[in-house]
Amino acid sequence: MSRRRQLLRYLASRLLLAPVMLWLIATLVFLLLRLAPGDPIDALLGMRAPEAARAALRQQLGLDQPLLVQYGKFLLDLVHGDLGASLTNQTPVAEVIGQSLPASLELGVCALLIAAVLGLAVGFSGIARPEGKVDLAGRLYGIGTYALPPFWAAMVVQLVFAVWLGWLPVGGRFPASLVAPTVTGFYLLDSLRAWNWEQFNGTVRHLVLPAATLGLLLSGIFANALRLNLRRALRSDYVEAARSRGLGETRVVLHHALPNALLPVLTITGITVASLIGGALLIEVTYSWPGIAFRLQEAIGQRDYPLVQGIVVVVAGLVVLVGVAVDLLVALLDPRISF
Amino acid sequence: MTLSLPGALLRWRPTDLSGRMARWGLVIVLVYALLAVATPLLIHTGLLPDPNAGLDSPIYAAPSLGRWCGTDRLGRDVCVRTLAGSGVALQVVLLALITALLIGVPLGMLSGYLGGWLDRILVLLMDTLYTLPVLLLSVVLAFLLGRGLPNAAAALCVVYIPQYFRVVRNQTAQVKAELYVEAARSLGAGPLWILRRYLLRNVITSVPVLLTLNAADAVLVLGGLGFLGLGLPEAIPEWGADLQQALTAVPTGIWWTALYPGLAMFVLVLGLSFLGEGMEAWVSGSDGGRGS
Repeated sequence: MSRRRQLLRYLASRLLLAPVMLWLIATLVFLLLRLAPGDPIDALLGMRAPEAARAALRQQLGLDQPLLVQYGKFLLDLVHGDLGASLTNQTPVAEVIGQSLPASLELGVCALLIAAVLGLAVGFSGIARPEGKVDLAGRLYGIGTYALPPFWAAMVVQLVFAVWLGWLPVGGRFPASLVAPTVTGFYLLDSLRAWNWEQFNGTVRHLVLPAATLGLLLSGIFANALRLNLRRALRSDYVEAARSRGLGETRVVLHHALPNALLPVLTITGITVASLIGGALLIEVTYSWPGIAFRLQEAIGQRDYPLVQGIVVVVAGLVVLVGVAVDLLVALLDPRISF
Repeated sequence: MTLSLPGALLRWRPTDLSGRMARWGLVIVLVYALLAVATPLLIHTGLLPDPNAGLDSPIYAAPSLGRWCGTDRLGRDVCVRTLAGSGVALQVVLLALITALLIGVPLGMLSGYLGGWLDRILVLLMDTLYTLPVLLLSVVLAFLLGRGLPNAAAALCVVYIPQYFRVVRNQTAQVKAELYVEAARSLGAGPLWILRRYLLRNVITSVPVLLTLNAADAVLVLGGLGFLGLGLPEAIPEWGADLQQALTAVPTGIWWTALYPGLAMFVLVLGLSFLGEGMEAWVSGSDGGRGS
């Protein structure tokens, strides 16, 4: 079979698997929320609520229907993009998610950029002398950033830069004294497009600490990945061949080893997105950043079942899609992969 | 590994970073285990105050000679609560991981050995669970199960089952295809005998490494749950929950309630990671890092 056809087949199988995984996740979340011990009605109204109120709420949530009917309705609604309505204020869940997702994406993308630049620099720095002090420090950096509890790191950063030095605001996304930009929900883009310096400055000042904290925490993954792959590449035959042709070490590293070491790092980026979400959940809560994870925390506190269900399904779906996208990108970029 | 050599601590040998890490990791974990055992005893005998008692103490008292780490917003001693947290964390994490091991390993063996449609369904299910962000999954589970020590352990345990399942399932499938296993089977060896004879050794070398690294991860996830107001009941002193309470005081510059529980958590995770990475390099016979 030609490579082209192999590639197409791989792409097709990967793309077909994604909906199956999404369906599995949706089913899992549905079953967990229905079959878990404890009645959601009890949790919402308390044990001693009058029977009439309980029955009304049960009917409103559709919990009086048979499980299979509930499941069918849930899947049908999901396919149509309907995630139900929040219990606390009757807003459609999809609308709540749509409002808070840009904040999370803005923070996530900035953090990922910081993590990539910082991590790749640390990972690359040890290459001149493997097992040298810089290389060992790089390895310890990887473990150290992993071991930092995200919320604690965030609190320490807040204490130092916001409370003691007073350089930046403690939390939130935008200064309360200004009117927030409104078009896409991405404040950085919106304020740039409106050419509003005050808005842009306010956005950046609020974004710096959360993005830097999350970026620092994730940079260890990049540093470790690049360090390991670069070292593997430098031990390979083609590097040996390049050296024996008399190429300088700089050229060998930059033109032969580095491109081959960077490709697996792209795969790591896909995996990082999953940890990014775990970290972002805690970072958003610590910095009161009004993103999707912050809403999830609120929804959990209010025992808002539809909202929890909707957010988890959407976030898990995003993770699966990013995973597929990265796999496809690697397959397209790497001529060596056989399927 | 030079664990047994007392002089090894003094020798700086850059090529043996893994050995040094394993040694320091072991020391840290042992200290925490000791604290976990000693703290309840000291509290019981009255040498340390009760971690929940604090109504007669000043609130948010700064660290002083009498109270080394100060008091929190209810006047409870931060030092004692931080010390007591180590026992709680180790207990929950150990319970969660042993449960995950007891479910994941047999399931992986079964799936890898039997193959067929059961294997495919289990692999798809486990891969799906594995794709989900760890914290998200345990947050949902902890939300559903409510607060409690076994509940928190259960919420953590589900996250780690797929990891043991994957490792054991792949090794079983691999071993099953070997020629000597085929030979043993044709000589009349049963599946149980084959699994025990040929597989257990592989599993025994790879599982402890995974267990240690997962313990590091689980401490962080448990703290995350506590920080989000999930997990353990409020009466149990736990680092994550204490940090959540400390968060409200951060803008006023009160640092001691935030510093100590987080530092305790950081060092324990660091110790477990060191131990796990050192063991990993030792098992694989080379000086590597955490793989991709």
